[in-house]
Amino acid sequence: MKHVRYLVPMGILLVLLYFLRAGLSLNPKEVPSPLIGKPAPEFSLPRLDQPEQRISRADMVGQVWVLNVWASWCVACRQEHPLLVQYAKQSKVPIYGLNYKDERAAGMKWLADFGNPYTASISDRDGRVGIDFGVYGVPETFVIDRQGIIRYKQIGPLTPEVLRDTIEPLLKQLNS
Amino acid sequence: MRRLLSRFGIHIVLALACGGALAAEALPASDNPALEARVMKISSELRCLVCQNETIAASHAELAVDLRRQVREMLQNGQNEQQVVDYMTARYGDFVLYRPPFKPLTALLWIGPAVMVVVGLGTLFVVLRRRSRLADEAFEADDKDVSHDPHLS
Repeated sequence: MKHVRYLVPMGILLVLLYFLRAGLSLNPKEVPSPLIGKPAPEFSLPRLDQPEQRISRADMVGQVWVLNVWASWCVACRQEHPLLVQYAKQSKVPIYGLNYKDERAAGMKWLADFGNPYTASISDRDGRVGIDFGVYGVPETFVIDRQGIIRYKQIGPLTPEVLRDTIEPLLKQLNS
Repeated sequence: MRRLLSRFGIHIVLALACGGALAAEALPASDNPALEARVMKISSELRCLVCQNETIAASHAELAVDLRRQVREMLQNGQNEQQVVDYMTARYGDFVLYRPPFKPLTALLWIGPAVMVVVGLGTLFVVLRRRSRLADEAFEADDKDVSHDPHLS
């Protein structure tokens, strides 16, 4: 019975170590989005390539689609881009680009230089739609279902693993 | 000497140019000091998600500038502080709040330190009281045989 007393500090230490481990394994840059499971925000923005045409949230309802937030000034976007170009070739899901806080000419040149994986890009010049989507670390990627509900958000560049293990199964499930 | 002077001249011109640019940036975004004060008050309660240990009020990140603009516009439209805070948490979650709300998920965060202090003080109190009640014989000198010490046996 006496030994139990010495187990108590040990137990407390283990609990503290558990929290420390849990804390260290979390990435503080990845803030869980409150928008998951909520309807995508309203937007109506001009197309990057044809500014006289607008694309709005209502145009998207009825299809599962991916929204990728990018900018020509964003270094991590460039790192992600080849993967997106390759994925767009093999997948049927429409990928829309949100050109976030970017100059139109710079954005167009970027797509011409590195390839255009997007069904269309829309231009969020002043970043207001970005704020509505809770964007804070470009690139970000959203998966939005037929009803216009946000189902997944990736903060930072996509990786082959995320595409294969998370996004692909989710798209399959949403499209079935 | 002349070359040196012209070099310095360039530096001075550059320095003045930078100073001018900074001065232009520091201009208040609206000429209503009362409104600006409210914007700064709310902004200093909100975390900048790009540089997470800074408030929106203190940060120079582009997102922080945009969010300050958003706060300003909402206040100009007659919305109150709670509405601004709700707007931000709807988009970025409780994490934007420097003072997170008290709810089951954050209970440990709020109560944890207090619980630890109470447990620590309680333990200290119990240990000290037990010691003060021990008879003098319990505190033997180190060089003596300790096999009869009730604490160590």
